[in-house]
Amino acid sequence: MSTSPQQPEQPARSLQVDRLTKEYVAGKPILSNISFEVSGRSSVAIIGPSGTGKSTLIRCVNKLIPPTSGNIYVSGENITVLHGARLRRARRKIGMVFQEFNLVERLTVMENVLCGRLGYVSSLRAWLRRYPQRDIEMAFSLLESIGLLDFTRQRADSLSGGQRQRVGIARAIMQEPHVLLADEPTSSLDPKTSVEIMELLVSLTETHQIPLLINIHDVELAKRFTNRVIGIARGGIVFDGPPAELSNDHLKDIYGGENWLQ
Amino acid sequence: MIQEKLWQRFTFAERLSRFAVFLGFAVALALSMRTVQIIPEFLYDAPTQVADLLGRMWPMDFDYYPQGVHATMMETLHIASLGTLLSIFMAVPVGILGANNIVRQPLLHWLSKLILVSSRSVNTLVWALLFVAVFGPGALAGTICIAFRSVGFVGKLFAEALEECNPGPIEALQAAGAPWLSLFLKGYWPQVAPAFWGIFLFRWDINVRESAVIGLVGAGGIGMVLDDALNLFFWDRVAVILLSIFTVVIVAELLVTAIRKRII
Repeated sequence: MSTSPQQPEQPARSLQVDRLTKEYVAGKPILSNISFEVSGRSSVAIIGPSGTGKSTLIRCVNKLIPPTSGNIYVSGENITVLHGARLRRARRKIGMVFQEFNLVERLTVMENVLCGRLGYVSSLRAWLRRYPQRDIEMAFSLLESIGLLDFTRQRADSLSGGQRQRVGIARAIMQEPHVLLADEPTSSLDPKTSVEIMELLVSLTETHQIPLLINIHDVELAKRFTNRVIGIARGGIVFDGPPAELSNDHLKDIYGGENWLQ
Repeated sequence: MIQEKLWQRFTFAERLSRFAVFLGFAVALALSMRTVQIIPEFLYDAPTQVADLLGRMWPMDFDYYPQGVHATMMETLHIASLGTLLSIFMAVPVGILGANNIVRQPLLHWLSKLILVSSRSVNTLVWALLFVAVFGPGALAGTICIAFRSVGFVGKLFAEALEECNPGPIEALQAAGAPWLSLFLKGYWPQVAPAFWGIFLFRWDINVRESAVIGLVGAGGIGMVLDDALNLFFWDRVAVILLSIFTVVIVAELLVTAIRKRII
Protein backbone atom coordinates (compact mmCIF):
# COMPACT_ATOMS: atom_id res chain seq x y z
CA MET A 1 0.00 0.00 0.00
CA SER A 2 2.99 2.26 0.20
CA THR A 3 3.29 4.52 -2.79
CA SER A 4 6.29 6.55 -1.71
CA PRO A 5 8.98 6.32 -4.35
CA GLN A 6 12.37 5.04 -3.36
CA GLN A 7 14.92 7.79 -3.83
CA PRO A 8 18.19 6.64 -2.27
CA GLU A 9 20.17 9.15 -4.31
CA GLN A 10 18.50 12.04 -2.51
CA PRO A 11 18.94 11.53 1.22
CA ALA A 12 18.21 15.15 2.21
CA ARG A 13 14.89 16.42 3.56
CA SER A 14 13.17 13.44 5.00
CA LEU A 15 11.50 12.36 8.18
CA GLN A 16 11.65 8.80 9.39
CA VAL A 17 9.72 7.66 12.43
CA ASP A 18 10.97 4.30 13.61
CA ARG A 19 9.04 2.20 16.14
CA LEU A 20 8.00 5.25 18.17
CA THR A 21 6.34 4.51 21.49
CA LYS A 22 5.13 7.05 24.02
CA GLU A 23 3.78 6.26 27.47
CA TYR A 24 2.62 9.06 29.78
CA VAL A 25 1.75 6.39 32.33
CA ALA A 26 4.10 3.43 32.44
CA GLY A 27 2.58 0.35 30.81
CA LYS A 28 -0.18 2.37 29.09
CA PRO A 29 1.24 3.46 25.74
CA ILE A 30 -0.71 6.21 23.96
CA LEU A 31 1.37 5.48 20.85
CA SER A 32 3.02 2.14 20.25
CA ASN A 33 5.37 1.06 17.52
CA ILE A 34 4.56 3.84 15.07
CA SER A 35 6.74 3.68 11.96
CA PHE A 36 6.52 5.67 8.75
CA GLU A 37 8.63 7.74 6.46
CA VAL A 38 8.04 11.02 4.64
CA SER A 39 10.39 12.53 2.13
CA GLY A 40 10.65 14.93 -0.77
CA ARG A 41 7.60 16.77 -2.03
CA SER A 42 4.94 14.92 -0.17
CA SER A 43 2.23 16.08 2.15
CA VAL A 44 0.94 13.64 4.71
CA ALA A 45 -2.18 14.04 6.84
CA ILE A 46 -2.52 12.29 10.17
CA ILE A 47 -6.12 11.65 11.08
CA GLY A 48 -7.65 9.97 14.09
CA PRO A 49 -10.10 10.57 16.94
CA SER A 50 -9.38 13.14 19.64
CA GLY A 51 -7.10 11.87 22.35
CA THR A 52 -5.34 9.24 20.23
CA GLY A 53 -2.04 11.05 20.48
CA LYS A 54 -1.81 12.88 17.16
CA SER A 55 -0.43 15.94 18.91
CA THR A 56 1.87 13.76 20.97
CA LEU A 57 3.20 12.13 17.81
CA ILE A 58 3.98 15.48 16.22
CA ARG A 59 5.58 16.86 19.38
CA CYS A 60 7.73 13.74 19.68
CA VAL A 61 9.24 14.55 16.29
CA ASN A 62 10.95 17.71 17.56
CA LYS A 63 11.24 16.32 21.09
CA LEU A 64 9.02 18.96 22.67
CA ILE A 65 7.69 15.76 24.23
CA PRO A 66 10.39 13.11 24.74
CA PRO A 67 9.41 9.71 23.32
CA THR A 68 9.54 6.65 25.55
CA SER A 69 11.26 4.52 22.94
CA GLY A 70 11.95 4.40 19.24
CA ASN A 71 13.92 6.70 16.98
CA ILE A 72 13.17 9.72 14.87
CA TYR A 73 15.46 10.66 12.01
CA VAL A 74 15.30 14.05 10.32
CA SER A 75 17.32 13.88 7.13
CA GLY A 76 19.20 10.99 8.67
CA GLU A 77 19.98 12.63 12.02
CA ASN A 78 18.59 10.83 15.04
CA ILE A 79 16.70 13.44 17.09
CA THR A 80 15.79 11.23 20.03
CA VAL A 81 19.37 10.85 21.29
CA LEU A 82 20.13 14.58 21.24
CA HIS A 83 20.17 16.94 24.23
CA GLY A 84 20.93 20.57 25.03
CA ALA A 85 22.63 22.64 22.35
CA ARG A 86 22.72 19.80 19.83
CA LEU A 87 18.99 19.21 20.15
CA ARG A 88 18.47 22.95 19.74
CA ARG A 89 20.49 23.01 16.52
CA ALA A 90 18.64 19.96 15.22
CA ARG A 91 15.28 21.63 15.93
CA ARG A 92 16.11 24.31 13.37
CA LYS A 93 15.55 21.61 10.75
CA ILE A 94 11.98 21.03 11.97
CA GLY A 95 9.43 23.76 11.32
CA MET A 96 6.20 23.80 13.29
CA VAL A 97 2.81 25.43 12.78
CA PHE A 98 0.36 25.51 15.68
CA GLN A 99 -3.39 25.40 16.16
CA GLU A 100 -3.37 28.59 18.24
CA PHE A 101 -0.76 30.23 15.93
CA ASN A 102 1.52 30.91 18.92
CA LEU A 103 2.78 34.24 17.66
CA VAL A 104 4.42 36.69 20.03
CA GLU A 105 1.45 39.04 20.18
CA ARG A 106 3.22 42.28 21.04
CA LEU A 107 5.87 41.96 18.35
CA THR A 108 5.34 43.11 14.78
CA VAL A 109 4.57 40.76 11.90
CA MET A 110 8.12 41.18 10.60
CA GLU A 111 9.67 40.35 13.97
CA ASN A 112 7.47 37.28 14.30
CA VAL A 113 8.59 36.04 10.90
CA LEU A 114 12.23 36.71 11.81
CA CYS A 115 11.71 34.68 15.00
CA GLY A 116 12.03 31.67 12.70
CA ARG A 117 15.73 32.55 12.44
CA LEU A 118 16.37 32.65 16.21
CA GLY A 119 18.02 29.25 16.05
CA TYR A 120 20.62 30.62 13.64
CA VAL A 121 21.12 34.17 14.91
CA SER A 122 22.98 35.01 18.13
CA SER A 123 20.91 36.35 21.03
CA LEU A 124 22.83 39.63 20.91
CA ARG A 125 21.95 40.22 17.26
CA ALA A 126 18.34 39.22 17.91
CA TRP A 127 18.19 41.65 20.83
CA LEU A 128 19.62 44.51 18.78
CA ARG A 129 17.36 43.46 15.90
CA ARG A 130 20.40 43.15 13.63
CA TYR A 131 19.30 40.20 11.59
CA PRO A 132 21.49 39.33 8.59
CA GLN A 133 20.41 41.06 5.37
CA ARG A 134 19.78 37.66 3.77
CA ASP A 135 17.23 36.81 6.49
CA ILE A 136 15.48 40.13 6.06
CA GLU A 137 15.23 39.69 2.30
CA MET A 138 13.92 36.17 2.79
CA ALA A 139 11.34 37.45 5.26
CA PHE A 140 10.17 40.11 2.80
CA SER A 141 9.80 37.61 -0.02
CA LEU A 142 7.88 35.21 2.25
CA LEU A 143 5.63 38.04 3.44
CA GLU A 144 4.94 38.79 -0.19
CA SER A 145 4.06 35.19 -0.99
CA ILE A 146 1.65 34.99 1.98
CA GLY A 147 0.12 38.32 0.93
CA LEU A 148 0.96 40.27 4.09
CA LEU A 149 3.59 42.65 2.76
CA ASP A 150 1.45 45.63 3.78
CA PHE A 151 1.22 44.36 7.35
CA THR A 152 4.98 44.18 8.00
CA ARG A 153 4.96 46.87 10.68
CA GLN A 154 1.69 45.90 12.33
CA ARG A 155 1.59 44.11 15.64
CA ALA A 156 0.60 40.45 15.50
CA ASP A 157 -2.32 41.01 17.87
CA SER A 158 -3.98 43.30 15.32
CA LEU A 159 -4.32 40.50 12.74
CA SER A 160 -7.25 38.17 12.05
CA GLY A 161 -6.98 34.44 12.70
CA GLY A 162 -6.22 33.56 9.09
CA GLN A 163 -3.59 36.28 8.83
CA ARG A 164 -1.97 35.11 12.04
CA GLN A 165 -1.73 31.56 10.78
CA ARG A 166 -0.10 32.87 7.58
CA VAL A 167 2.51 34.57 9.72
CA GLY A 168 2.93 31.33 11.68
CA ILE A 169 3.56 29.45 8.44
CA ALA A 170 6.04 32.07 7.22
CA ARG A 171 7.89 31.86 10.55
CA ALA A 172 8.21 28.08 10.19
CA ILE A 173 9.41 28.32 6.56
CA MET A 174 12.03 30.89 7.67
CA GLN A 175 13.80 28.05 9.46
CA GLU A 176 14.49 26.46 6.06
CA PRO A 177 13.32 23.24 7.64
CA HIS A 178 13.80 19.70 6.40
CA VAL A 179 10.30 18.83 7.51
CA LEU A 180 7.29 20.96 8.38
CA LEU A 181 4.94 19.85 11.13
CA ALA A 182 1.47 21.34 11.42
CA ASP A 183 -0.61 20.61 14.51
CA GLU A 184 -4.28 21.18 13.67
CA PRO A 185 -3.42 24.34 11.70
CA THR A 186 -7.02 25.03 10.66
CA SER A 187 -8.97 24.10 13.81
CA SER A 188 -9.27 27.70 15.02
CA LEU A 189 -10.35 29.01 11.62
CA ASP A 190 -13.58 29.27 9.63
CA PRO A 191 -14.13 26.84 6.69
CA LYS A 192 -13.13 29.29 3.96
CA THR A 193 -9.98 30.42 5.75
CA SER A 194 -9.18 26.78 6.53
CA VAL A 195 -9.11 25.96 2.82
CA GLU A 196 -6.93 28.99 2.10
CA ILE A 197 -4.49 28.02 4.84
CA MET A 198 -4.28 24.43 3.57
CA GLU A 199 -3.66 25.71 0.04
CA LEU A 200 -0.91 27.97 1.33
CA LEU A 201 0.72 25.21 3.40
CA VAL A 202 0.77 22.77 0.52
CA SER A 203 1.93 25.26 -2.13
CA LEU A 204 4.67 26.77 0.06
CA THR A 205 6.06 23.40 1.12
CA GLU A 206 5.99 22.26 -2.50
CA THR A 207 7.89 25.27 -3.81
CA HIS A 208 10.43 24.97 -1.00
CA GLN A 209 10.50 21.17 -1.33
CA ILE A 210 9.74 20.53 2.32
CA PRO A 211 7.96 17.33 3.34
CA LEU A 212 4.76 18.26 5.19
CA LEU A 213 3.15 16.38 8.08
CA ILE A 214 -0.28 17.67 9.18
CA ASN A 215 -2.43 16.68 12.11
CA ILE A 216 -5.96 17.33 11.07
CA HIS A 217 -9.39 16.25 12.22
CA ASP A 218 -11.22 17.39 9.09
CA VAL A 219 -11.09 14.28 6.87
CA GLU A 220 -12.43 16.07 3.78
CA LEU A 221 -9.71 18.75 4.00
CA ALA A 222 -7.11 16.03 4.47
CA LYS A 223 -8.29 14.10 1.40
CA ARG A 224 -8.48 17.26 -0.69
CA PHE A 225 -5.03 18.66 0.00
CA THR A 226 -2.65 15.86 0.87
CA ASN A 227 -1.29 12.99 -1.17
CA ARG A 228 -1.07 10.52 1.67
CA VAL A 229 -3.21 9.84 4.74
CA ILE A 230 -2.13 8.06 7.89
CA GLY A 231 -4.97 6.94 10.15
CA ILE A 232 -4.19 6.44 13.82
CA ALA A 233 -6.41 4.60 16.27
CA ARG A 234 -5.86 2.63 19.45
CA GLY A 235 -2.21 3.70 19.58
CA GLY A 236 -1.20 2.36 16.19
CA ILE A 237 -1.37 3.06 12.47
CA VAL A 238 -4.51 1.51 11.00
CA PHE A 239 -4.37 3.12 7.56
CA ASP A 240 -1.52 4.41 5.42
CA GLY A 241 -2.14 5.21 1.81
CA PRO A 242 -3.35 7.72 -0.76
CA PRO A 243 -6.61 9.56 0.04
CA ALA A 244 -8.46 7.79 -2.79
CA GLU A 245 -8.03 4.46 -1.00
CA LEU A 246 -9.51 5.79 2.25
CA SER A 247 -12.93 4.12 2.33
CA ASN A 248 -15.83 4.38 4.75
CA ASP A 249 -14.74 1.06 6.21
CA HIS A 250 -11.38 2.57 7.07
CA LEU A 251 -13.06 5.60 8.63
CA LYS A 252 -15.27 3.28 10.70
CA ASP A 253 -12.17 1.50 11.84
CA ILE A 254 -10.39 4.76 12.72
CA TYR A 255 -13.16 6.70 14.43
CA GLY A 256 -15.49 3.86 15.48
CA GLY A 257 -19.26 3.78 14.98
CA GLU A 258 -20.90 4.41 11.64
CA ASN A 259 -23.96 6.60 12.09
CA TRP A 260 -21.88 9.74 11.68
CA LEU A 261 -20.86 8.70 8.17
CA GLN A 262 -24.39 9.04 6.74
CA MET B 1 -51.33 17.11 53.32
CA ILE B 2 -48.55 19.56 52.61
CA GLN B 3 -45.08 18.43 53.43
CA GLU B 4 -43.18 21.26 55.09
CA LYS B 5 -39.74 21.59 53.62
CA LEU B 6 -37.17 23.00 55.95
CA TRP B 7 -34.19 24.92 54.72
CA GLN B 8 -31.41 26.47 56.73
CA ARG B 9 -28.36 28.20 55.33
CA PHE B 10 -26.00 26.52 57.79
CA THR B 11 -25.96 23.09 59.39
CA PHE B 12 -25.89 22.84 63.17
CA ALA B 13 -22.14 22.10 63.17
CA GLU B 14 -21.52 25.11 60.94
CA ARG B 15 -23.52 27.39 63.23
CA LEU B 16 -21.62 26.12 66.22
CA SER B 17 -18.24 26.78 64.59
CA ARG B 18 -19.35 30.25 63.44
CA PHE B 19 -20.36 31.05 67.01
CA ALA B 20 -16.95 29.86 68.22
CA VAL B 21 -15.18 32.18 65.75
CA PHE B 22 -17.24 35.21 66.90
CA LEU B 23 -16.56 34.33 70.53
CA GLY B 24 -12.86 34.16 69.72
CA PHE B 25 -12.94 37.68 68.21
CA ALA B 26 -14.76 39.05 71.25
CA VAL B 27 -12.25 37.54 73.65
CA ALA B 28 -9.31 38.85 71.57
CA LEU B 29 -10.82 42.35 71.57
CA ALA B 30 -11.36 42.32 75.33
CA LEU B 31 -7.83 41.09 76.01
CA SER B 32 -6.19 43.68 73.77
CA MET B 33 -8.24 46.52 75.30
CA ARG B 34 -6.87 45.56 78.71
CA THR B 35 -3.28 45.55 77.42
CA VAL B 36 -3.54 48.88 75.61
CA GLN B 37 -5.03 50.56 78.73
CA ILE B 38 -6.75 53.51 77.13
CA ILE B 39 -6.74 56.44 79.52
CA PRO B 40 -10.06 58.29 78.99
CA GLU B 41 -8.69 61.68 80.05
CA PHE B 42 -6.16 61.60 77.17
CA LEU B 43 -8.96 60.85 74.72
CA TYR B 44 -11.15 63.72 75.91
CA ASP B 45 -8.14 65.99 75.79
CA ALA B 46 -7.26 65.20 72.15
CA PRO B 47 -9.27 67.97 70.39
CA THR B 48 -7.63 70.65 72.56
CA GLN B 49 -4.20 69.22 71.84
CA VAL B 50 -4.83 69.14 68.09
CA ALA B 51 -6.07 72.75 68.13
CA ASP B 52 -2.97 73.79 70.09
CA LEU B 53 -0.67 72.00 67.65
CA LEU B 54 -2.34 73.57 64.62
CA GLY B 55 -2.01 76.98 66.34
CA ARG B 56 1.72 76.50 66.66
CA MET B 57 2.02 75.36 63.04
CA TRP B 58 0.25 78.42 61.71
CA PRO B 59 1.51 80.62 60.10
CA MET B 60 3.89 78.30 58.24
CA ASP B 61 7.50 79.33 57.87
CA PHE B 62 7.52 79.35 54.06
CA ASP B 63 10.89 81.11 53.99
CA TYR B 64 12.39 77.97 55.43
CA TYR B 65 11.62 75.98 52.23
CA PRO B 66 14.41 77.46 50.03
CA GLN B 67 16.84 77.56 52.97
CA GLY B 68 16.54 74.09 54.42
CA VAL B 69 13.89 71.96 52.75
CA HIS B 70 14.41 72.15 48.99
CA ALA B 71 17.86 70.54 48.88
CA THR B 72 16.78 67.65 51.10
CA MET B 73 13.60 67.20 49.09
CA MET B 74 15.72 66.77 45.96
CA GLU B 75 17.91 64.34 47.87
CA THR B 76 14.81 62.38 48.84
CA LEU B 77 13.74 62.11 45.20
CA HIS B 78 17.23 61.01 44.20
CA ILE B 79 17.29 58.36 46.93
CA ALA B 80 13.93 57.05 45.72
CA SER B 81 14.89 56.98 42.03
CA LEU B 82 18.38 55.56 42.43
CA GLY B 83 17.18 53.03 45.00
CA THR B 84 14.41 51.84 42.67
CA LEU B 85 16.84 51.55 39.75
CA LEU B 86 19.29 49.57 41.88
CA SER B 87 16.53 47.28 43.09
CA ILE B 88 15.52 46.51 39.49
CA PHE B 89 19.02 45.24 38.71
CA MET B 90 18.90 42.94 41.70
CA ALA B 91 15.24 41.93 41.30
CA VAL B 92 15.29 40.83 37.64
CA PRO B 93 17.66 37.85 38.14
CA VAL B 94 15.97 36.91 41.41
CA GLY B 95 12.55 37.12 39.74
CA ILE B 96 13.68 34.89 36.88
CA LEU B 97 15.02 32.34 39.35
CA GLY B 98 11.68 32.44 41.16
CA ALA B 99 9.46 31.88 38.10
CA ASN B 100 8.64 28.18 38.05
CA ASN B 101 7.94 28.09 34.30
CA ILE B 102 11.46 29.29 33.49
CA VAL B 103 13.72 27.76 36.11
CA ARG B 104 12.84 24.24 37.14
CA GLN B 105 15.50 23.78 39.83
CA PRO B 106 13.78 23.55 43.24
CA LEU B 107 16.96 24.67 44.97
CA LEU B 108 17.12 27.90 42.95
CA HIS B 109 13.43 28.54 43.65
CA TRP B 110 14.08 28.16 47.28
CA LEU B 111 17.01 30.57 47.11
CA SER B 112 14.90 33.13 45.24
CA LYS B 113 12.03 32.79 47.74
CA LEU B 114 14.48 33.27 50.60
CA ILE B 115 15.87 36.49 49.12
CA LEU B 116 12.43 37.87 48.29
CA VAL B 117 10.91 37.06 51.66
CA SER B 118 13.83 38.36 53.71
CA SER B 119 13.79 41.61 51.74
CA ARG B 120 10.09 42.12 52.38
CA SER B 121 9.84 40.91 55.95
CA VAL B 122 12.20 43.62 57.23
CA ASN B 123 10.60 47.05 57.50
CA THR B 124 12.15 49.97 55.62
CA LEU B 125 13.07 51.73 58.85
CA VAL B 126 14.85 48.62 60.12
CA TRP B 127 16.78 48.30 56.84
CA ALA B 128 17.65 52.00 57.21
CA LEU B 129 18.95 51.54 60.77
CA LEU B 130 21.04 48.62 59.53
CA PHE B 131 22.64 50.54 56.65
CA VAL B 132 23.16 53.68 58.69
CA ALA B 133 25.20 51.46 61.01
CA VAL B 134 27.15 50.10 58.03
CA PHE B 135 27.68 53.20 55.86
CA GLY B 136 27.13 55.94 58.40
CA PRO B 137 24.27 58.45 58.22
CA GLY B 138 23.42 59.97 54.84
CA ALA B 139 21.95 59.42 51.42
CA LEU B 140 24.06 56.34 50.58
CA ALA B 141 22.57 54.37 53.47
CA GLY B 142 19.12 55.54 52.38
CA THR B 143 19.59 54.52 48.75
CA ILE B 144 20.83 51.04 49.64
CA CYS B 145 18.03 50.66 52.15
CA ILE B 146 15.37 51.57 49.58
CA ALA B 147 16.95 49.20 47.06
CA PHE B 148 17.04 46.26 49.47
CA ARG B 149 13.49 46.80 50.63
CA SER B 150 12.22 47.03 47.02
CA VAL B 151 13.89 43.85 45.75
CA GLY B 152 11.32 41.64 47.46
CA PHE B 153 8.39 43.60 46.07
CA VAL B 154 9.68 44.02 42.51
CA GLY B 155 11.12 40.50 42.33
CA LYS B 156 7.95 38.82 43.51
CA LEU B 157 5.67 40.72 41.12
CA PHE B 158 8.11 40.20 38.23
CA ALA B 159 8.23 36.46 38.91
CA GLU B 160 4.42 36.34 38.97
CA ALA B 161 4.22 38.24 35.67
CA LEU B 162 6.65 35.74 34.11
CA GLU B 163 4.61 32.82 35.38
CA GLU B 164 1.48 34.24 33.75
CA CYS B 165 3.12 34.26 30.30
CA ASN B 166 1.31 32.41 27.54
CA PRO B 167 3.38 29.23 27.00
CA GLY B 168 2.34 28.96 23.32
CA PRO B 169 4.79 31.47 21.81
CA ILE B 170 7.55 30.11 24.06
CA GLU B 171 6.94 26.62 22.71
CA ALA B 172 7.02 27.98 19.15
CA LEU B 173 10.39 29.65 19.66
CA GLN B 174 11.72 26.52 21.37
CA ALA B 175 10.60 24.49 18.37
CA ALA B 176 12.55 26.92 16.15
CA GLY B 177 15.71 26.10 18.10
CA ALA B 178 16.09 29.46 19.85
CA PRO B 179 18.79 29.55 22.55
CA TRP B 180 17.73 30.38 26.09
CA LEU B 181 18.59 34.07 26.00
CA SER B 182 16.73 34.60 22.71
CA LEU B 183 13.79 32.71 24.16
CA PHE B 184 13.74 35.17 27.06
CA LEU B 185 14.25 38.28 24.95
CA LYS B 186 11.76 37.44 22.20
CA GLY B 187 9.32 35.12 23.98
CA TYR B 188 9.03 36.18 27.61
CA TRP B 189 10.12 39.83 27.59
CA PRO B 190 7.55 41.15 25.07
CA GLN B 191 4.86 39.49 27.17
CA VAL B 192 5.99 40.88 30.54
CA ALA B 193 7.26 44.31 29.45
CA PRO B 194 4.06 46.26 30.27
CA ALA B 195 3.81 44.57 33.68
CA PHE B 196 7.50 45.23 34.30
CA TRP B 197 7.27 48.98 33.67
CA GLY B 198 4.08 49.11 35.69
CA ILE B 199 5.82 47.47 38.65
CA PHE B 200 8.81 49.78 38.27
CA LEU B 201 6.67 52.94 38.37
CA PHE B 202 4.50 51.67 41.19
CA ARG B 203 7.56 50.91 43.30
CA TRP B 204 9.09 54.30 42.53
CA ASP B 205 5.87 55.90 43.74
CA ILE B 206 6.05 53.91 47.00
CA ASN B 207 9.74 54.70 47.38
CA VAL B 208 9.15 58.46 47.15
CA ARG B 209 6.95 58.10 50.25
CA GLU B 210 9.30 55.73 52.06
CA SER B 211 12.42 57.80 51.43
CA ALA B 212 10.70 60.78 53.03
CA VAL B 213 10.57 58.83 56.29
CA ILE B 214 13.91 57.04 56.51
CA GLY B 215 15.64 60.33 57.35
CA LEU B 216 14.11 59.99 60.83
CA VAL B 217 16.74 57.35 61.56
CA GLY B 218 19.49 59.26 59.76
CA ALA B 219 19.37 57.72 56.29
CA GLY B 220 19.32 61.04 54.43
CA GLY B 221 16.61 63.03 52.72
CA ILE B 222 13.87 65.27 53.99
CA GLY B 223 13.19 63.06 57.01
CA MET B 224 16.38 64.32 58.65
CA VAL B 225 15.19 67.94 58.45
CA LEU B 226 11.81 66.85 59.76
CA ASP B 227 13.46 65.11 62.67
CA ASP B 228 15.45 68.23 63.56
CA ALA B 229 12.41 70.48 63.34
CA LEU B 230 10.40 68.10 65.55
CA ASN B 231 13.13 67.89 68.17
CA LEU B 232 13.51 71.66 68.30
CA PHE B 233 9.69 72.22 68.40
CA PHE B 234 9.79 74.43 65.28
CA TRP B 235 6.20 73.59 64.46
CA ASP B 236 5.92 76.20 61.72
CA ARG B 237 8.81 74.48 59.95
CA VAL B 238 7.35 71.03 60.55
CA ALA B 239 4.19 72.23 58.79
CA VAL B 240 6.14 73.39 55.73
CA ILE B 241 8.01 70.08 55.55
CA LEU B 242 4.84 68.01 55.86
CA LEU B 243 3.12 70.13 53.23
CA SER B 244 6.00 69.71 50.78
CA ILE B 245 6.08 65.92 51.34
CA PHE B 246 2.34 65.80 50.76
CA THR B 247 2.65 67.82 47.55
CA VAL B 248 5.47 65.69 46.13
CA VAL B 249 3.63 62.44 46.93
CA ILE B 250 0.50 63.67 45.17
CA VAL B 251 2.48 64.83 42.13
CA ALA B 252 4.33 61.48 41.98
CA GLU B 253 1.05 59.62 42.18
CA LEU B 254 -0.48 61.66 39.35
CA LEU B 255 2.62 61.26 37.22
CA VAL B 256 2.75 57.49 37.68
CA THR B 257 -0.95 57.09 36.91
CA ALA B 258 -0.58 59.11 33.72
CA ILE B 259 2.45 57.13 32.52
CA ARG B 260 0.92 53.75 33.38
CA LYS B 261 -2.12 54.60 31.28
CA ARG B 262 0.14 55.17 28.30
CA ILE B 263 2.11 51.95 28.77
CA ILE B 264 -0.77 49.53 29.28
